[in-house]
Amino acid sequence: MAGFNFELPNPNTRDPKSDLGPGDYVRRSASSVPAPSRQLTPVAKLIDVSKCIGCKACQAACLEWNDMRDRVAINRGVYDNPQDLTPQMFTLMRFTEWVNPETQNLEWLIRKDGCMHCEDPGCLKACPAPGAIVQYSNGIVDFVHENCIGCGYCVKGCPFNIPRISKVDNKAYKCTLCSDRVAVGQGPACAKACPTHAIVFGTKEEMKKHAEGRIKDLQSRGYKNAGLYDPPGVGGTHVMYVLHHADQPQIYAGLPGNPKISPLVDLWKGATKYVGLAVIGLFAAIGVVHHIVEGPNRVSDEDEANAERLAGGRR
Amino acid sequence: MTAYDVEKGDSVHPGKPVTVDRYTGGARINHWITATSLVLLAISGLALFHPSMYFLTGLFGGGQATRAIHPWIGVILFFSFFGLFFRFWRANLWAAEDGTWMARLADVLTAREERLPEVGKYNAGQKVVFWGMSILIVVLISSGLVIWDQYFYPLTSIEQKRVAVVIHAAAAVTIICVWIVHVYAAIWVRGTIGAMTKGRVTGGWAWRHHRRWLKELVSGKKA
Ligand code: HEM
Ligand code: SF4
Repeated sequence: MAGFNFELPNPNTRDPKSDLGPGDYVRRSASSVPAPSRQLTPVAKLIDVSKCIGCKACQAACLEWNDMRDRVAINRGVYDNPQDLTPQMFTLMRFTEWVNPETQNLEWLIRKDGCMHCEDPGCLKACPAPGAIVQYSNGIVDFVHENCIGCGYCVKGCPFNIPRISKVDNKAYKCTLCSDRVAVGQGPACAKACPTHAIVFGTKEEMKKHAEGRIKDLQSRGYKNAGLYDPPGVGGTHVMYVLHHADQPQIYAGLPGNPKISPLVDLWKGATKYVGLAVIGLFAAIGVVHHIVEGPNRVSDEDEANAERLAGGRR
Repeated sequence: MTAYDVEKGDSVHPGKPVTVDRYTGGARINHWITATSLVLLAISGLALFHPSMYFLTGLFGGGQATRAIHPWIGVILFFSFFGLFFRFWRANLWAAEDGTWMARLADVLTAREERLPEVGKYNAGQKVVFWGMSILIVVLISSGLVIWDQYFYPLTSIEQKRVAVVIHAAAAVTIICVWIVHVYAAIWVRGTIGAMTKGRVTGGWAWRHHRRWLKELVSGKKA
């Protein structure tokens, strides 16, 4: 057993002190931040899909903690409810019925979807509004709604299709990793609520160690491809999965095999911007220089005289 | 054969100097609505394009307002330009002398008009601006609709939106450059701005820059 406690202590309800603030930003969208004076220990949430029983206690806890109520959804004959993440539903159990080709067994795969808190967040890279998306030195990626303009660029930047724009206030919403709870020494509400400890929270190191134990256990039970999902394409994530079939993440409701920020987003946020501004500047500069060198192109008296001669006879 | 390039409202008034009506009131209003929209689009677009220009959102009442209003101005530009297109497309068709004019761009830029072929209502440079803007505005409105998430989010995939946003940015940069050329030409070639403000130019301006058009106007309906 790794050296961390499944049960995080209850919060001090008397005047809790937040220990996470703007001083801990390591990235701030469309702006730069001074290097933080301290480095927080990177945290992570580990979701062990093999332990999940699909009870949705985490979904309920998320709504409860964040004080949100989504509309009552429509039953479409599947367990997913609602059908997709929404601005009020930051996390969603996605159910897949998968027939294992090797054993012919029907396996019921349940994956808790939500923001992965990428080390290299595409949402933040794409965001044009200064300070609307921030990353803390503990790895949490958070949306700051006062600064959000609702453009939806984060949706295009995210390799996991996570952010959702509210029709009510036109702002982007996603899982905060309960940054407000972590700030007072707590873990995320979903981890607190999970009855099987399929969701656990701690430092990223602890979580990796804990995952190792889980993976060994799964392998000893015949899941030879069991493994950790901590995709390097986005620099690793602060939400990780233990998958019993880590060789094929896609079977878990389309979890990307090798997620990374789309090359189109790199192009859009890289070359297009700098080349674009340079070219516009160049055109303007050429105009100015041309005018200085060449002087105005004026109509001469001779031109006027010619026109008068041409038009003269007519009325 | 119909008149080469003469458009409705174009006419010559002999005098000292000769004056030539170039744009009707309708065409001028249409032009300035288009111009205002494009400038507002460029400002609001650049504000979201690069963090160094985000402060420009202040002109529109903040980031949320800028995001909301930009596409609507685009709709105005599209329909307004549509009007200009139908007014001007015929006179902007490529003509025999346009290739020669283009080949002598060095003479154009050094104002050696005497070495240039006589041109109709528009020279090849103006025609390139015209067709360039026409194409770019269609590209901008179509890619813009794909990323207008407030109303059209479900109609396209995220991957399609990524392609659209890159195209939109590239087309915007290009049209701003075309616009710089357009405005610079109007400033450099003195006597031009009056065409779009007062609706008329002097005979000497027409003789110097659009002699074929002037000759057609003087000689009557047939070229
Ligand atoms: C705001 C700055 C602008 C200024 C000072 C300006 C000035 C002028 C002037 C003086 C003319 C008459 C040129 C001539 O008849 O030879 C003209 C024509 C024209 N303008 Fe603008 N303009 C501006 C913006 C725009 C914008 C934003 C557009 C479209 C996106 C536009 C599209 C046109 C078109 C299509 C013509 C017809 C001439 C042609 O076909 O080449 N203008 N403009
Ligand atoms: S999963 Fe998407 S929304 Fe979450 S940090 Fe990564 S890019 Fe941002």
